[in-house]
Amino acid sequence: MPRPAKPFVLGAVAYDAKVVTIWDGFRAFFERAGFPFDYVLYSNYEAQVEAHLRGELDVAWNSPLAWLETERAARQQGKQAHAIAMRDTDRDLTSVILVAVDDPAQTLADLRDRSIGVGASDSPQATLIPLEAIAATGLHPGEDLRVVRHDVLVGKHGDHIGGERDALRALVRGTVDAAAIIDVNHLAFQREGTIPLGSMRILAQTGTYDHCNMTVLGAPPDAPRFAELLFAMSYDDPQVRPLLDLEGLHQWLPGRTEGYALLAQAIDRFGTIADWLATQA
Amino acid sequence: MTLVDLEDLALGEGGHLLVARGLATSPVIAVRGRDPALAADLPAWCRSLGHGLADLQRGAIVTATITRTTADRWVGAERAGAADPRAPGAIAATPPARWGLAARGALVEAGAPAFDFPLADRDAVWTDDAARLYAAAAAAQWDPATAIPWDARITHPPEVEDAVVQVMTYLVENETAALLVPARFLAQLHPHFREVMQLLAIQVADEARHIEVFTRRARLHRDALGTSAAAGQASLHTLVVEPDFATAAFLLSVLGEGSFLALLHFLRDHAPDPITRAVARLSAQDEARHVAFGLAHLARHVGIDPSLRGRLATAVERRHAALAHTTGLNADVFDALVLLAAGSWAPADLRRGHAAVVALAAEMDSGRQARLARLGFDASEAAALSSLHTRNFM
Repeated sequence: MPRPAKPFVLGAVAYDAKVVTIWDGFRAFFERAGFPFDYVLYSNYEAQVEAHLRGELDVAWNSPLAWLETERAARQQGKQAHAIAMRDTDRDLTSVILVAVDDPAQTLADLRDRSIGVGASDSPQATLIPLEAIAATGLHPGEDLRVVRHDVLVGKHGDHIGGERDALRALVRGTVDAAAIIDVNHLAFQREGTIPLGSMRILAQTGTYDHCNMTVLGAPPDAPRFAELLFAMSYDDPQVRPLLDLEGLHQWLPGRTEGYALLAQAIDRFGTIADWLATQA
Repeated sequence: MTLVDLEDLALGEGGHLLVARGLATSPVIAVRGRDPALAADLPAWCRSLGHGLADLQRGAIVTATITRTTADRWVGAERAGAADPRAPGAIAATPPARWGLAARGALVEAGAPAFDFPLADRDAVWTDDAARLYAAAAAAQWDPATAIPWDARITHPPEVEDAVVQVMTYLVENETAALLVPARFLAQLHPHFREVMQLLAIQVADEARHIEVFTRRARLHRDALGTSAAAGQASLHTLVVEPDFATAAFLLSVLGEGSFLALLHFLRDHAPDPITRAVARLSAQDEARHVAFGLAHLARHVGIDPSLRGRLATAVERRHAALAHTTGLNADVFDALVLLAAGSWAPADLRRGHAAVVALAAEMDSGRQARLARLGFDASEAAALSSLHTRNFM
């Protein structure tokens, strides 16, 4: 079938079946605006970042870790990555480290010789940033305290909630002494009953960090129009609202990169992406 | 500024309701509370809903200022008529597909999927009588297990019992058509017409119960059921495939069930045993409501659109032509009705039974003419149309 114009191509990771619904909806939205758009789904962020670096995508919907991977690999290759847009809900997140309400620990340093349940090994919110907070106290995760990973869908950078839920269930069962989750799931897990009422308390809260962004390499000519259309999406529009609800935002905001400092510290400390980065030179 | 004091209530154990209640009336509120998790939960909750949060003070008492989000799910929402059908504007002339399954009178968020409800024209489906008829139907539901004297003694000869079984077999077949036709339209009807939907649903339930009791009566003393004739099914086929609601209601309820009403009264009065008489009497009560509903909405429809009368007349003629090559009523059924009314093989009884069946046909005809007159057909039109009605009765 003939295609009218070369579409602007977005890459996204299929962490859930709803991802197809979301990007089909965005595709229809962009088509209505006269902006030819298509998307490609990847099973993991590294595959998406590599395709982006090969020039197969115009924009990538990146996790915070995928942003840092792109930014660093691009720099190695003499390119520059830009975060052009993010959700209002991507800004100023925190993670919390929970313990049983009657646990003797009062600070993160009290977790020495004990254990913590975390999410998938590549989850910024449920593993890397909480472990960075622990490491900042002088403890070495994995040496001074046992780290129990809940590797649900590695490669999807913790987008799937399953790893966090498993970490919390381990805490409820008492097989770990602490668990790390993103702040908003503290409420969600109370609502769904994963956290029995009054059974847990917050031992520590991490500093703030940002989450996903729309990443471009260099300056694709259609990127400004793409961002302009995103910023024009209104929650008042009944055709757009279900897409925003599914993607979990109320409005798109300009991208910013200062919110990735905590994660950058974490991956520098743990060498999380060093091996991968070496393959991208 | 409004102050919402959560005391020691956690946001995750219901505290969010107090904050949301504050924001419902004031665009900017101050929140304070003593739950130790509040400093983590409040920013996360605000972020997830798009509310702004400022001046967060941590400590034994947590305080913050919250500004209500401008994102409003209810922009463009519509009120889907009114729950009370007598309220002004309660029943929309053509309720939009996007109102979907929403209760009539609910506030419907914009952006719901469009449901496919082809029957969405008030003039074609509505009657103010629907609520009353539904209430009457709900109040008149009877329990087949207790309403019928299943243990009553049967004293009539075996061949008369065979005749009863044949008539029951015929009734099951016809009531199956009477179940399927409203069921098909029920699935097409816009739920905005709630009372009509309920009435069609209870009509389907009525027929399910009739099928149960006719089957049970047939099997009381016999293992095998009677015959099903091709001509009878040909007649019912024309009903089941009729795509137009008004036409189907006319052929089924006004003409078919109207004729059946006379048949059930005949069985109530002439059946040889109390079980059959009870089954017929109770079913007739229900059928009378079905006829009343068909007449009510068609009378309203004809009042709005007099040309409908011509289309209904054409439908009767078309069906008559379609069935012209068939023999009409199953001969086994006719004979069974005579024997059933006779109650024995005595010639005098057979004469009486035959006369009763002939009188039944005449009664059906006059009943149909009376109902046609209710729909505004003049006497000669009514007589002509009634004479063209299927010889299968339904």
